[in-house]
Amino acid sequence: MRDMTYAGVMSRKNEIMKRALGMDYEKFEGPGISFDYEKMMEQAGYPMEEVRRIQRSTNVGDTPLMELKNLTAAVRKMAEPGKGARIFIKDEAANPSGSFKARRASVSCYYAEKKGYQGVIAATSGNYGAAVASQANMRKLKCIIVQEVFDSARVGQPEILEKGRKCEAYGAEVLQLTVGPELFYVFLRTLEETGFFNASLYTPFGIAGVETLGYELVEQVRQRCDRDPDVVVVTNAGGGNLTGTARGLLKAGAADTRVIGASVDLQGLHMASDRDFNRKSFTTGHTGFGVPFCTWPDRADVPRNAARPLRYMDRYVTITQGEVFYITEALAQIEGLERGPAGNTSLTAAFALAREMAEDQVVVVQETEYTGAGKHLTAQLTFARERGIDIRRGDPRDQVPGKNIILPSDPSCIGVRDLDMEQLRKSYLKNALKKNGVASSDLSHEELDFLAREIRKDPGYVVAVLEELGL
Amino acid sequence: MSEVVPAHSWVQIESTVLSPDERSPHLPEETAACPLVLWVKGFLKGPALVGDMVEIETIIGRTLSGKLLEVNPPYEHTFGRPIPELLEVRKDFRSLSCRGGAPQ
Repeated sequence: MRDMTYAGVMSRKNEIMKRALGMDYEKFEGPGISFDYEKMMEQAGYPMEEVRRIQRSTNVGDTPLMELKNLTAAVRKMAEPGKGARIFIKDEAANPSGSFKARRASVSCYYAEKKGYQGVIAATSGNYGAAVASQANMRKLKCIIVQEVFDSARVGQPEILEKGRKCEAYGAEVLQLTVGPELFYVFLRTLEETGFFNASLYTPFGIAGVETLGYELVEQVRQRCDRDPDVVVVTNAGGGNLTGTARGLLKAGAADTRVIGASVDLQGLHMASDRDFNRKSFTTGHTGFGVPFCTWPDRADVPRNAARPLRYMDRYVTITQGEVFYITEALAQIEGLERGPAGNTSLTAAFALAREMAEDQVVVVQETEYTGAGKHLTAQLTFARERGIDIRRGDPRDQVPGKNIILPSDPSCIGVRDLDMEQLRKSYLKNALKKNGVASSDLSHEELDFLAREIRKDPGYVVAVLEELGL
Repeated sequence: MSEVVPAHSWVQIESTVLSPDERSPHLPEETAACPLVLWVKGFLKGPALVGDMVEIETIIGRTLSGKLLEVNPPYEHTFGRPIPELLEVRKDFRSLSCRGGAPQ
């Protein structure tokens, strides 16, 4: 009789994962705490052309790039003369399941089918569930989605309720849970029971699937503007969207394009809290995922996370819930596009960033997502108001996550707040040593090189920081 | 009301996955105090009453068990109500962008 207790199942994690991923991550491990990231991406993923072929076979990708001329004009009205970059948006809502997540699901489902799995499982409360369910249908696979949906009073976040509905509309079995990280236990248990493939967001497939997004947008900008994008803004949560997009930019040769991550600021709300769970209006794309995954990627549901944002991120900014709602409304009113709101996180940051950029420069927002009941901004604001959150016009900088939502009194109030990249890198290094239980004096040259690549710095920087931190 | 729910009805069941004392040791207090509960839908295998322990066959053919909670559970999430503060924003944008300005 197998031990099905929490501790029992968790202790079989590696064994369950190996079977559910059909590959052995051991072969990518290097000396000590290091591993060969590029080797993993090459050997376990697929080359760009192959990924494009896989995606085209299930109608994923090749989404339109739209210029937001009216929004650009609104930025220029507020900007100093000569400032106000052209804003473009990649309409990822045009993918089969309504978001860029179809790209990530497409490669996983292709691999699962090829390897002879009967079905796929994903642990996600986001758009990824519908993406996996949709791609699974195209590949004749069964699908199970594990979601964190309800607080202990069985009140569900409307956005997640909608995502659950959409998964069920595609014929997925949806396991809906109350708040808590033990969702991972249910996920492992279900993988073990079914022998299905782990369609994690964080495998090399999940990242290779997004590389096409970065690659396509460079091709489109070059064709339309005769230049490379100056800035690409990416909504950042688990880091896969940013990592994949940035890798795609590099593969297209756009080495000078700056990659800026953007998250909704939800600092102060605890992600595993039954009380805080329904006090947020964004279920992803926020700092509650963005910061921890950035500073310790290997907290994911795979042995080594292929999403490693600090390797690619030039800058990381936050914006507020109220600002995103405001820009979502602007997108509908002045551009005639009803999308998001969660997917408009990067658009909101781009709106602020474009103001500081030159007129001839190009900023690309690399995704939109579908909207609908539950996911809509009025659904979120109604839900928030019912929970006693104060909603008003004013200065978004007065936001207190979980207490209020401030819709800007004026578009000029919209501004990004920078997260300190140095602090993020230090925090990564601290975690890398702590989680692996090693001291800096134990580190070999290979390990120092690895840590340096992880944060896009040189080994000398790593040594200096570790010394400064007294590790 | 204790009407028998016929076999093959589309239902939702509830089960406790972990009681508070079986949960992960690293949880905020308010979460640690609650059980981890799971809900899932499927076709009822045999006739039963709401509240009974039952088995269902899920849409992909797995058999799962739990307490019968609801028959033909609806989706009740909506677009919510119009938000007055958001309507103000809408009005601002319309006067910015529309030829002739917004209606007074």
